[in-house]
Amino acid sequence: MSVQVKDVPFAGTVPSPKTENEGMITGSWRTRRPILDKDKCTDCRMCWISCPDSSINLTNGSVSFNLKYCKGCGICNEICPVGAISLVPELDFEE
Amino acid sequence: MLEEIKSLKKVPEEEYYVPGHRTCAGCGPALQYRLVAKAAGPNTIFVGPTGCMYVANTSYGCGPWSVPWLHAQVTNGGAVASGIEAAYKAMIRKHKTDAKFPNIIVMAGDGASADIGLQALSAAFYRGHNILFVTYDNESYANTGIQTTPTTPYGAWTTFTPAGPVVPEGKKLMPKDLPKMMAHGHPALKYLATASLAYPLDLMNKVRKGLNAEGPAFLYVHAPCPKGWSFPSDKTLEIGKLAVETGMFQLYELQDGQYKLTYRPKEQKPIEEYIRLQGRFSHLQPEHIQKLQEFANQRLKEVGLEATVPSVT
Repeated sequence: MSVQVKDVPFAGTVPSPKTENEGMITGSWRTRRPILDKDKCTDCRMCWISCPDSSINLTNGSVSFNLKYCKGCGICNEICPVGAISLVPELDFEE
Repeated sequence: MLEEIKSLKKVPEEEYYVPGHRTCAGCGPALQYRLVAKAAGPNTIFVGPTGCMYVANTSYGCGPWSVPWLHAQVTNGGAVASGIEAAYKAMIRKHKTDAKFPNIIVMAGDGASADIGLQALSAAFYRGHNILFVTYDNESYANTGIQTTPTTPYGAWTTFTPAGPVVPEGKKLMPKDLPKMMAHGHPALKYLATASLAYPLDLMNKVRKGLNAEGPAFLYVHAPCPKGWSFPSDKTLEIGKLAVETGMFQLYELQDGQYKLTYRPKEQKPIEEYIRLQGRFSHLQPEHIQKLQEFANQRLKEVGLEATVPSVT
Protein backbone atom coordinates (compact mmCIF):
# COMPACT_ATOMS: atom_id res chain seq x y z
CA MET A 1 0.00 0.00 0.00
CA SER A 2 2.93 2.36 0.49
CA VAL A 3 3.34 5.00 -2.20
CA GLN A 4 6.74 6.04 -3.56
CA VAL A 5 7.50 9.64 -2.63
CA LYS A 6 8.02 10.63 -6.26
CA ASP A 7 4.50 9.35 -7.11
CA VAL A 8 2.72 11.55 -4.57
CA PRO A 9 1.27 14.59 -6.37
CA PHE A 10 2.52 18.01 -5.22
CA ALA A 11 0.13 19.47 -2.62
CA GLY A 12 -2.34 16.66 -3.39
CA THR A 13 -3.09 18.19 -6.80
CA VAL A 14 -4.72 15.73 -9.22
CA PRO A 15 -6.17 16.31 -12.71
CA SER A 16 -9.94 16.77 -12.98
CA PRO A 17 -11.80 13.88 -14.63
CA LYS A 18 -13.57 14.76 -17.89
CA THR A 19 -16.68 12.59 -18.07
CA GLU A 20 -16.39 10.06 -15.24
CA ASN A 21 -14.28 9.50 -12.14
CA GLU A 22 -12.78 6.03 -12.59
CA GLY A 23 -11.21 6.19 -9.13
CA MET A 24 -14.60 5.43 -7.57
CA ILE A 25 -16.65 2.89 -9.49
CA THR A 26 -19.84 2.43 -7.48
CA GLY A 27 -21.96 0.12 -9.66
CA SER A 28 -21.08 -2.83 -7.42
CA TRP A 29 -23.06 -1.29 -4.54
CA ARG A 30 -26.35 -1.87 -6.33
CA THR A 31 -28.82 -4.46 -5.03
CA ARG A 32 -31.66 -3.50 -7.40
CA ARG A 33 -31.14 -2.63 -11.06
CA PRO A 34 -33.34 -0.01 -12.80
CA ILE A 35 -34.96 -1.28 -16.01
CA LEU A 36 -36.59 1.13 -18.46
CA ASP A 37 -39.79 0.29 -20.35
CA LYS A 38 -39.18 2.26 -23.57
CA ASP A 39 -42.82 2.02 -24.67
CA LYS A 40 -44.06 3.81 -21.57
CA CYS A 41 -41.26 6.42 -21.43
CA THR A 42 -42.34 9.91 -22.49
CA ASP A 43 -38.82 11.46 -22.44
CA CYS A 44 -39.91 13.93 -19.74
CA ARG A 45 -36.36 13.88 -18.24
CA MET A 46 -37.61 13.81 -14.63
CA CYS A 47 -35.41 10.77 -13.79
CA TRP A 48 -32.42 12.37 -15.50
CA ILE A 49 -32.63 15.60 -13.49
CA SER A 50 -33.24 13.67 -10.22
CA CYS A 51 -30.30 11.24 -10.33
CA PRO A 52 -27.78 12.06 -7.56
CA ASP A 53 -25.06 10.00 -9.27
CA SER A 54 -25.36 11.51 -12.78
CA SER A 55 -25.91 7.90 -13.87
CA ILE A 56 -28.75 8.47 -16.32
CA ASN A 57 -27.39 9.25 -19.77
CA LEU A 58 -29.26 11.44 -22.19
CA THR A 59 -28.66 10.57 -25.84
CA ASN A 60 -30.68 12.56 -28.37
CA GLY A 61 -33.30 13.22 -25.70
CA SER A 62 -33.88 9.60 -24.64
CA VAL A 63 -32.61 8.15 -21.36
CA SER A 64 -30.46 5.10 -20.57
CA PHE A 65 -28.75 3.93 -17.38
CA ASN A 66 -25.03 4.08 -16.67
CA LEU A 67 -24.78 0.84 -14.69
CA LYS A 68 -21.05 1.29 -14.09
CA TYR A 69 -21.90 3.95 -11.48
CA CYS A 70 -25.62 3.49 -10.63
CA LYS A 71 -25.94 2.76 -6.89
CA GLY A 72 -29.53 1.55 -7.20
CA CYS A 73 -31.07 4.15 -4.88
CA GLY A 74 -34.41 3.93 -6.71
CA ILE A 75 -35.14 7.68 -6.94
CA CYS A 76 -35.76 7.33 -10.72
CA ASN A 77 -38.38 4.63 -10.09
CA GLU A 78 -40.05 6.80 -7.46
CA ILE A 79 -40.07 10.02 -9.51
CA CYS A 80 -41.17 8.58 -12.89
CA PRO A 81 -44.68 10.00 -13.55
CA VAL A 82 -45.73 7.12 -15.87
CA GLY A 83 -44.15 4.15 -14.08
CA ALA A 84 -41.76 3.32 -16.92
CA ILE A 85 -38.89 2.36 -14.60
CA SER A 86 -38.90 -0.79 -12.47
CA LEU A 87 -36.31 -2.12 -10.04
CA VAL A 88 -35.22 -5.73 -10.50
CA PRO A 89 -33.03 -7.56 -7.92
CA GLU A 90 -29.41 -7.78 -9.10
CA LEU A 91 -29.34 -11.54 -8.42
CA ASP A 92 -31.81 -12.07 -11.27
CA PHE A 93 -29.11 -11.13 -13.76
CA GLU A 94 -26.27 -13.32 -14.99
CA GLU A 95 -23.94 -10.35 -15.50
CA MET B 1 -24.58 36.55 -17.74
CA LEU B 2 -26.28 33.21 -17.20
CA GLU B 3 -29.75 32.90 -18.67
CA GLU B 4 -32.88 31.73 -16.90
CA ILE B 5 -33.75 28.06 -17.49
CA LYS B 6 -37.38 27.91 -18.60
CA SER B 7 -38.01 24.16 -18.79
CA LEU B 8 -36.40 20.76 -18.25
CA LYS B 9 -35.63 20.52 -21.98
CA LYS B 10 -33.53 23.69 -21.70
CA VAL B 11 -31.36 22.38 -18.84
CA PRO B 12 -27.72 22.01 -19.99
CA GLU B 13 -26.91 18.38 -20.75
CA GLU B 14 -23.23 18.65 -19.79
CA GLU B 15 -22.25 17.28 -16.37
CA TYR B 16 -19.64 19.08 -14.26
CA TYR B 17 -20.24 16.81 -11.27
CA VAL B 18 -19.50 13.55 -13.05
CA PRO B 19 -20.42 9.98 -11.99
CA GLY B 20 -18.06 8.29 -9.52
CA HIS B 21 -18.31 9.42 -5.90
CA ARG B 22 -18.76 7.65 -2.57
CA THR B 23 -21.86 9.43 -1.34
CA CYS B 24 -24.62 7.15 -0.04
CA ALA B 25 -27.25 5.87 -2.47
CA GLY B 26 -30.00 8.49 -2.76
CA CYS B 27 -27.81 11.28 -1.33
CA GLY B 28 -29.63 14.63 -1.29
CA PRO B 29 -26.50 16.81 -1.02
CA ALA B 30 -24.94 14.99 -4.02
CA LEU B 31 -28.03 15.70 -6.12
CA GLN B 32 -28.03 19.40 -5.27
CA TYR B 33 -24.26 19.54 -5.98
CA ARG B 34 -24.91 18.16 -9.44
CA LEU B 35 -27.67 20.71 -10.07
CA VAL B 36 -25.57 23.62 -8.81
CA ALA B 37 -22.61 22.55 -10.99
CA LYS B 38 -24.90 22.13 -14.00
CA ALA B 39 -26.41 25.59 -13.53
CA ALA B 40 -23.02 27.27 -12.99
CA GLY B 41 -21.35 25.85 -16.11
CA PRO B 42 -17.71 25.31 -17.09
CA ASN B 43 -16.15 28.58 -15.86
CA THR B 44 -16.47 27.66 -12.20
CA ILE B 45 -14.21 27.09 -9.20
CA PHE B 46 -15.63 25.11 -6.29
CA VAL B 47 -14.37 25.54 -2.76
CA GLY B 48 -15.24 22.59 -0.54
CA PRO B 49 -14.98 23.07 3.22
CA THR B 50 -14.88 19.81 5.17
CA GLY B 51 -18.23 18.04 5.23
CA CYS B 52 -19.96 15.20 3.44
CA MET B 53 -19.42 16.83 0.06
CA TYR B 54 -15.67 16.90 0.71
CA VAL B 55 -15.14 13.60 2.51
CA ALA B 56 -17.42 11.33 0.48
CA ASN B 57 -16.41 12.88 -2.85
CA THR B 58 -12.63 12.94 -2.58
CA SER B 59 -11.52 9.71 -0.91
CA TYR B 60 -8.19 8.29 -2.16
CA GLY B 61 -6.91 11.28 -4.12
CA CYS B 62 -9.57 11.70 -6.77
CA GLY B 63 -12.75 13.70 -7.15
CA PRO B 64 -15.85 13.83 -9.35
CA TRP B 65 -15.56 17.42 -10.62
CA SER B 66 -14.65 18.27 -14.20
CA VAL B 67 -14.09 21.88 -13.03
CA PRO B 68 -11.41 23.03 -10.54
CA TRP B 69 -12.16 22.17 -6.93
CA LEU B 70 -10.24 23.10 -3.80
CA HIS B 71 -10.51 21.87 -0.24
CA ALA B 72 -10.83 24.40 2.57
CA GLN B 73 -10.95 23.65 6.28
CA VAL B 74 -14.34 23.37 7.92
CA THR B 75 -13.77 26.81 9.50
CA ASN B 76 -12.72 28.86 6.50
CA GLY B 77 -14.72 28.26 3.33
CA GLY B 78 -15.62 31.94 3.11
CA ALA B 79 -12.03 33.10 3.67
CA VAL B 80 -10.54 30.82 0.99
CA ALA B 81 -13.17 31.94 -1.54
CA SER B 82 -12.45 35.59 -0.63
CA GLY B 83 -8.78 35.03 -1.40
CA ILE B 84 -9.48 33.43 -4.78
CA GLU B 85 -11.85 36.25 -5.70
CA ALA B 86 -9.43 39.01 -4.64
CA ALA B 87 -6.55 37.34 -6.51
CA TYR B 88 -8.58 37.05 -9.72
CA LYS B 89 -9.66 40.69 -9.48
CA ALA B 90 -6.05 41.86 -8.97
CA MET B 91 -4.69 39.68 -11.79
CA ILE B 92 -7.35 40.96 -14.19
CA ARG B 93 -6.76 44.59 -13.12
CA LYS B 94 -3.00 44.26 -13.69
CA HIS B 95 -3.52 42.46 -17.03
CA LYS B 96 -1.61 39.43 -15.77
CA THR B 97 -4.27 37.04 -16.99
CA ASP B 98 -6.72 37.04 -19.86
CA ALA B 99 -9.03 34.63 -18.04
CA LYS B 100 -12.68 35.57 -17.62
CA PHE B 101 -13.67 36.15 -13.99
CA PRO B 102 -14.92 32.72 -12.81
CA ASN B 103 -17.96 31.71 -10.81
CA ILE B 104 -16.55 31.11 -7.32
CA ILE B 105 -18.84 28.81 -5.37
CA VAL B 106 -18.39 27.60 -1.82
CA MET B 107 -20.20 24.32 -1.23
CA ALA B 108 -20.47 24.09 2.54
CA GLY B 109 -22.57 21.89 4.76
CA ASP B 110 -24.76 23.29 7.49
CA GLY B 111 -22.00 22.66 10.03
CA ALA B 112 -19.40 24.48 7.92
CA SER B 113 -21.68 27.50 7.54
CA ALA B 114 -24.09 27.77 10.48
CA ASP B 115 -21.73 26.44 13.14
CA ILE B 116 -17.95 26.09 12.74
CA GLY B 117 -17.55 28.14 9.55
CA LEU B 118 -19.92 30.96 10.51
CA GLN B 119 -17.26 33.62 11.11
CA ALA B 120 -15.53 33.10 7.74
CA LEU B 121 -18.90 33.15 5.96
CA SER B 122 -19.99 36.31 7.74
CA ALA B 123 -16.64 38.03 7.16
CA ALA B 124 -16.65 37.27 3.42
CA PHE B 125 -20.14 38.76 3.11
CA TYR B 126 -19.18 41.77 5.26
CA ARG B 127 -16.26 42.53 2.90
CA GLY B 128 -18.50 42.11 -0.12
CA HIS B 129 -16.63 39.54 -2.19
CA ASN B 130 -18.23 38.44 -5.43
CA ILE B 131 -18.87 34.80 -4.47
CA LEU B 132 -21.79 32.43 -4.20
CA PHE B 133 -21.98 30.60 -0.89
CA VAL B 134 -24.15 27.48 -1.04
CA THR B 135 -25.17 25.79 2.19
CA TYR B 136 -26.57 22.30 1.72
CA ASP B 137 -28.59 21.64 4.82
CA ASN B 138 -28.71 17.97 5.73
CA GLU B 139 -29.40 19.02 9.32
CA SER B 140 -26.48 17.17 10.92
CA TYR B 141 -22.75 16.52 10.80
CA ALA B 142 -23.45 13.49 8.64
CA ASN B 143 -19.99 12.32 7.47
CA THR B 144 -18.74 11.83 11.03
CA GLY B 145 -21.79 9.82 12.06
CA ILE B 146 -24.84 12.12 12.47
CA GLN B 147 -23.97 14.57 15.23
CA THR B 148 -26.27 17.50 15.92
CA THR B 149 -25.69 20.90 14.27
CA PRO B 150 -27.48 24.17 15.08
CA THR B 151 -29.85 23.53 12.16
CA THR B 152 -30.99 20.07 13.33
CA PRO B 153 -34.72 20.47 13.99
CA TYR B 154 -36.30 20.15 17.41
CA GLY B 155 -37.05 16.57 18.36
CA ALA B 156 -34.63 14.91 15.95
CA TRP B 157 -32.53 11.96 17.01
CA THR B 158 -28.78 12.33 16.47
CA THR B 159 -25.87 10.59 18.16
CA PHE B 160 -25.41 13.73 20.31
CA THR B 161 -29.11 14.03 21.11
CA PRO B 162 -30.33 10.47 21.68
CA ALA B 163 -33.89 10.08 22.90
CA GLY B 164 -34.14 8.35 26.28
CA PRO B 165 -36.04 8.32 29.58
CA VAL B 166 -34.51 11.63 30.77
CA VAL B 167 -34.82 13.57 27.49
CA PRO B 168 -37.71 11.89 25.65
CA GLU B 169 -37.74 14.28 22.67
CA GLY B 170 -34.12 13.90 21.53
CA LYS B 171 -32.94 17.37 20.54
CA LYS B 172 -34.36 19.97 22.92
CA LEU B 173 -33.16 23.17 21.23
CA MET B 174 -34.87 25.06 18.42
CA PRO B 175 -32.75 25.35 15.25
CA LYS B 176 -30.91 28.43 14.00
CA ASP B 177 -32.41 30.23 11.00
CA LEU B 178 -29.26 30.77 8.92
CA PRO B 179 -30.79 32.49 5.84
CA LYS B 180 -32.42 35.14 8.05
CA MET B 181 -29.13 35.61 9.93
CA MET B 182 -27.41 36.22 6.61
CA ALA B 183 -30.19 38.45 5.28
CA HIS B 184 -30.26 40.89 8.18
CA GLY B 185 -26.83 42.16 9.12
CA HIS B 186 -24.80 41.97 5.92
CA PRO B 187 -25.28 45.24 4.03
CA ALA B 188 -23.10 44.09 1.10
CA LEU B 189 -25.37 41.09 0.40
CA LYS B 190 -26.70 41.18 -3.18
CA TYR B 191 -28.83 38.05 -3.39
CA LEU B 192 -30.17 35.46 -0.99
CA ALA B 193 -32.45 32.51 -1.59
CA THR B 194 -33.61 29.23 -0.13
CA ALA B 195 -34.13 26.24 -2.41
CA SER B 196 -35.08 22.59 -2.24
CA LEU B 197 -33.83 19.78 -4.44
CA ALA B 198 -37.41 18.67 -4.99
CA TYR B 199 -37.79 21.78 -7.19
CA PRO B 200 -34.75 21.44 -9.50
CA LEU B 201 -35.53 24.24 -11.98
CA ASP B 202 -36.20 26.69 -9.17
CA LEU B 203 -32.89 25.68 -7.54
CA MET B 204 -30.87 26.07 -10.76
CA ASN B 205 -32.37 29.46 -11.56
CA LYS B 206 -31.57 30.67 -8.06
CA VAL B 207 -27.96 29.54 -8.54
CA ARG B 208 -27.81 31.55 -11.77
CA LYS B 209 -29.37 34.64 -10.17
CA GLY B 210 -26.83 34.41 -7.36
CA LEU B 211 -23.94 34.14 -9.81
CA ASN B 212 -25.26 37.03 -11.92
CA ALA B 213 -25.43 39.29 -8.86
CA GLU B 214 -22.28 41.43 -8.67
CA GLY B 215 -21.45 40.72 -5.07
CA PRO B 216 -21.93 38.16 -2.31
CA ALA B 217 -24.84 35.80 -2.82
CA PHE B 218 -26.14 33.17 -0.43
CA LEU B 219 -28.12 30.06 -1.31
CA TYR B 220 -29.56 27.76 1.32
CA VAL B 221 -30.54 24.33 -0.01
CA HIS B 222 -32.63 21.82 1.91
CA ALA B 223 -30.99 18.44 1.18
CA PRO B 224 -32.53 15.33 2.80
CA CYS B 225 -30.03 12.71 4.00
CA PRO B 226 -31.29 9.07 3.87
CA LYS B 227 -28.64 7.84 6.31
CA GLY B 228 -28.92 10.58 8.93
CA TRP B 229 -32.68 10.98 8.82
CA SER B 230 -33.37 7.22 8.55
CA PHE B 231 -35.56 6.91 5.49
CA PRO B 232 -35.31 4.65 2.40
CA SER B 233 -32.91 5.94 -0.27
CA ASP B 234 -35.63 6.37 -2.90
CA LYS B 235 -37.68 8.81 -0.78
CA THR B 236 -35.18 11.72 -0.92
CA LEU B 237 -37.27 13.90 -3.25
CA GLU B 238 -40.55 13.03 -1.55
CA ILE B 239 -39.15 14.14 1.83
CA GLY B 240 -37.83 17.34 0.24
CA LYS B 241 -41.24 18.10 -1.20
CA LEU B 242 -43.06 17.29 2.07
CA ALA B 243 -40.74 19.63 3.99
CA VAL B 244 -41.93 22.51 1.80
CA GLU B 245 -45.58 21.48 1.83
CA THR B 246 -45.77 21.05 5.62
CA GLY B 247 -44.03 24.37 6.25
CA MET B 248 -40.83 22.97 7.76
CA PHE B 249 -38.92 24.67 4.94
CA GLN B 250 -39.96 27.78 2.99
CA LEU B 251 -38.85 28.80 -0.49
CA TYR B 252 -38.14 32.50 -0.90
CA GLU B 253 -35.58 34.88 -2.29
CA LEU B 254 -34.31 38.28 -1.24
CA GLN B 255 -33.13 40.73 -3.88
CA ASP B 256 -32.75 44.52 -3.61
CA GLY B 257 -34.14 44.40 -0.08
CA GLN B 258 -37.39 42.75 -1.20
CA TYR B 259 -38.54 39.32 -0.07
CA LYS B 260 -40.36 37.27 -2.65
CA LEU B 261 -41.98 33.88 -2.05
CA THR B 262 -41.08 31.59 -4.93
CA TYR B 263 -43.43 28.75 -3.99
CA ARG B 264 -46.68 28.84 -2.07
CA PRO B 265 -47.96 25.45 -0.93
CA LYS B 266 -51.59 25.14 -2.06
CA GLU B 267 -52.60 23.75 1.28
CA GLN B 268 -50.39 23.28 4.30
CA LYS B 269 -50.08 19.62 5.25
CA PRO B 270 -49.88 18.56 8.91
CA ILE B 271 -46.36 17.99 10.21
CA GLU B 272 -47.07 14.29 10.87
CA GLU B 273 -46.90 13.58 7.15
CA TYR B 274 -43.30 14.80 7.09
CA ILE B 275 -42.03 13.19 10.28
CA ARG B 276 -43.67 9.77 10.02
CA LEU B 277 -41.41 8.87 7.06
CA GLN B 278 -38.25 9.57 9.05
CA GLY B 279 -36.72 7.30 11.68
CA ARG B 280 -35.07 10.21 13.47
CA PHE B 281 -38.52 11.39 14.65
CA SER B 282 -39.93 7.95 15.50
CA HIS B 283 -39.69 8.48 19.28
CA LEU B 284 -41.77 11.70 19.33
CA GLN B 285 -44.83 11.91 21.59
CA PRO B 286 -47.94 13.97 20.67
CA GLU B 287 -46.80 16.96 22.77
CA HIS B 288 -43.47 17.06 20.91
CA ILE B 289 -45.17 16.87 17.52
CA GLN B 290 -47.36 19.76 18.61
CA LYS B 291 -44.27 21.80 19.46
CA LEU B 292 -42.80 21.02 16.05
CA GLN B 293 -46.07 22.10 14.41
CA GLU B 294 -45.89 25.38 16.33
CA PHE B 295 -42.36 25.85 15.04
CA ALA B 296 -43.40 25.28 11.40
CA ASN B 297 -46.37 27.64 11.77
CA GLN B 298 -44.13 30.32 13.25
CA ARG B 299 -41.66 30.02 10.34
CA LEU B 300 -44.52 30.25 7.83
CA LYS B 301 -45.83 33.39 9.52
CA GLU B 302 -42.38 34.96 9.37
CA VAL B 303 -42.31 34.70 5.58
CA GLY B 304 -45.92 35.87 5.22
CA LEU B 305 -47.71 32.57 4.66
CA GLU B 306 -50.84 31.65 6.49
CA ALA B 307 -50.57 28.55 8.69
CA THR B 308 -53.74 26.55 8.18
CA VAL B 309 -52.92 23.58 10.43
CA PRO B 310 -53.60 24.52 14.07
CA SER B 311 -50.68 23.99 16.44
CA VAL B 312 -52.94 23.21 19.41
CA THR B 313 -55.20 20.20 19.00
